[in-house]
Amino acid sequence: MLASVLEGGIRAGTPILYATLGEVIAERAGIVNLGVEGAILVGACAGFITTAQTQSPLLGIAAAALAGGAASLVHAFMVVTVRANQIASGLALMFLCLGVTSFVGRPYVAVKINAVAPLAVPGLSDLPVVGRLLFSHDVLVYGAYLLAPLIWLILFYTKWGLALRAVGERQAVAFASGLPTAVVQYAAVVCGGVLAGVAGAHLSLAYARSWVEGMSNGRGFIAVALVIFATWHPLRAVLGAVIFGAVFALQLQIQARGVALSPYFLDMTPYLLTLVGLLLLARAQRHTMPEGLKEVFEGLK
Amino acid sequence: MYLRLDGITKSFPGVLANCGINLEVDRGEIHALLGENGAGKSTLMKVLYGFYQPDAGTISVDGARLDLRSPSDAIRAGIGMVFQSFMLIPAFSVVENIALALPRLGVVPDTADIRERVRQYGARYGLTVDPDAKVWQLSVGEQQRVEIIKLLVSGARILILDEPTSVLAPHEIRGLFEILQTLRRDGYTILFITHKLKEVMAIADRITVLRKGSVVGTLSRDKATEQDLAYMLLGERELRTDTFSRRGRADGARPVLELESVSVPGERGRCGLAGVSLSLHGGEILGVAGVTGNGQTELGEAILGLRRAAHGRILLDGVDVSHATTARMLEAGVACIPEDPLRMGVAPGLTIAENMILTERRRFMPRGGLFTDWRAIRRAIEERIENFGLTIPRLTVPVGTLSGGNVQRLLLLRELSRRPKLLVTFYPTRGLDVAATRMAHELLMMARNGGAAILLISEDLDELLDLSDRLVVFSRGAIVGAFRPGEIDTVDIGLLMTGAKRHEWHDSPASPIPAS
Repeated sequence: MLASVLEGGIRAGTPILYATLGEVIAERAGIVNLGVEGAILVGACAGFITTAQTQSPLLGIAAAALAGGAASLVHAFMVVTVRANQIASGLALMFLCLGVTSFVGRPYVAVKINAVAPLAVPGLSDLPVVGRLLFSHDVLVYGAYLLAPLIWLILFYTKWGLALRAVGERQAVAFASGLPTAVVQYAAVVCGGVLAGVAGAHLSLAYARSWVEGMSNGRGFIAVALVIFATWHPLRAVLGAVIFGAVFALQLQIQARGVALSPYFLDMTPYLLTLVGLLLLARAQRHTMPEGLKEVFEGLK
Repeated sequence: MYLRLDGITKSFPGVLANCGINLEVDRGEIHALLGENGAGKSTLMKVLYGFYQPDAGTISVDGARLDLRSPSDAIRAGIGMVFQSFMLIPAFSVVENIALALPRLGVVPDTADIRERVRQYGARYGLTVDPDAKVWQLSVGEQQRVEIIKLLVSGARILILDEPTSVLAPHEIRGLFEILQTLRRDGYTILFITHKLKEVMAIADRITVLRKGSVVGTLSRDKATEQDLAYMLLGERELRTDTFSRRGRADGARPVLELESVSVPGERGRCGLAGVSLSLHGGEILGVAGVTGNGQTELGEAILGLRRAAHGRILLDGVDVSHATTARMLEAGVACIPEDPLRMGVAPGLTIAENMILTERRRFMPRGGLFTDWRAIRRAIEERIENFGLTIPRLTVPVGTLSGGNVQRLLLLRELSRRPKLLVTFYPTRGLDVAATRMAHELLMMARNGGAAILLISEDLDELLDLSDRLVVFSRGAIVGAFRPGEIDTVDIGLLMTGAKRHEWHDSPASPIPAS
């Protein structure tokens, strides 16, 4: 059972990891995007519809990425150009996306699609235990766990990462150093949205293989909380995503085994874990937060 | 002439900051710009750095006219500036901060090369700093060195330093001056903004004095005296020559404030208080010298009841107030001028009148504030303002729109007119110009002579030596020396403050400070 919980954790953690990595990028540039939840939904919906129409899950993933990026572009415009409140803009975007996808996706509820197929890594997938655990997933799973170290390298070892973090720490300093701060922030938020869109694609095309309205079910908000657990660090996000994924998987296992616990209670567990985690970590890790975010949370912006 | 500013005029809505300013600077000279706050020094230098575009006037270097539309134009022309508030990112390492300033940076920045250059400049100009340290771990002096290295690495030949000494301890100032002299020897041209006469006389080759946006004159140092400069600086206004008149205080009286080995735990890597004992009498100013962040904040907050002491006792008029709330301390006659007035002392969005009665709500707004007579309040405030000889705009404007100096005056006025028995004041003249500083000092002296006990927490050593009856030096949350002004000079205090020297002074809770 432990192995299947872990395997399920890695799979269920994938959309959370994509969304968390995207939010790490945006927040490192000083912008909190509470609209991730909405971008995931838009991605899931666009990906599903495209796949249903074209029978190509790859096109579906591309459409999901585009849709997530486009949704986040709205947030970037609102907070970078219009200088609207980040919290309000993100929440509004989330509800907007929820409404739009529920409407547009209605005809596709219960439609069957050609889902993203698992892709066993030749050779490695035959290894005992590890093979099934790590190397028998679909391509989006591999992508997520490879993306984390890649984003880490970009953030901390390239000039683009330096520029992005500088903008997120002190915009005035970054500006004085000749960086185009608005461009950097747009890019970061849109990248974050693209990743959230891919998270949605994984949900509807590989994980659930169906479209249901509101199917992201709070994963975007878990991602926002995970960014804090992960202290804005892409590698630590992996650990958090797997833990949360495992809770989702465990909850399914318990329900599948017919344990006499209300499914409503089980549905709560990931969010309960979020609250407990925040309670334990919020104090200790506040000062690793990018300085630019302080303005958001202290309401100066 | 190497650098030439011709007829620079710059106005902001309602203010003419620079009015037809001409300035000529030689290659390889240290040129001081002397003037009070608001004289236009910083504006002029920001024009030279491309930060502001002048309304009129031209800038030329080596005879070639420059069109500076942004700081990056200035950097390309070899002009660099260290701002008063540093342009560094605290969470980044020194190397990362310098990488940000480099015009041509590879996709993967060559950190080894940057580290090497930091070392080279460090060795050549005495700008020693650990390239891998995070900026928040560095002292202010070290951060300033990082800023100067940034300029050198980005190829600047003209260095503008905006009040570089205002954040430094005296021996650090000496270190900075040595660095500047080495730079001058290598042909760097340095523009040095200050309002301190002593520094000008110590370092500048030539001095240009600004007043109210215009040049009063340019002197070479050999021909200038402090007296001349002070006259040029302040204009017709009468110069302060006399020291303060001090009324002696009654001997043998019980101290207003006593601390008995008070300890406060530090927060977030800051040092707290480690067994601090001191006593303060009515009619006395006790100066607390120290580099910011060495426990002064914790000291003040412990006394005000904003922070609990983990050990030790705090006595007010002999009564243990270690566990008293802030509200009780205020009621008992304790007043405070906080560290960051705009954030902690006033509510910027409220009007002057509203702010003026914040700490005396019960008196001005009786019966739970249901029936507040604003006209009476306004009269009372106007009367107070008149008594203190202040000029303040309409009482209905939000405090947030006032200058820092005016906010500080209002605060002093508000707190002193309550006739507190104890006043805790943090950096009362930080950011104030000469005239406003003098007024603040006079108000504090007036309160002292009126019998108030004043705890003066400051970084300005001249201010501490001028005002204090006694002086303690803080370092790492403990008292490392106690003196009377006259027993010690600024350099020695500075060395104690920064832990560069230890004084043979022993902390004993029984006799905290030599009684006066």
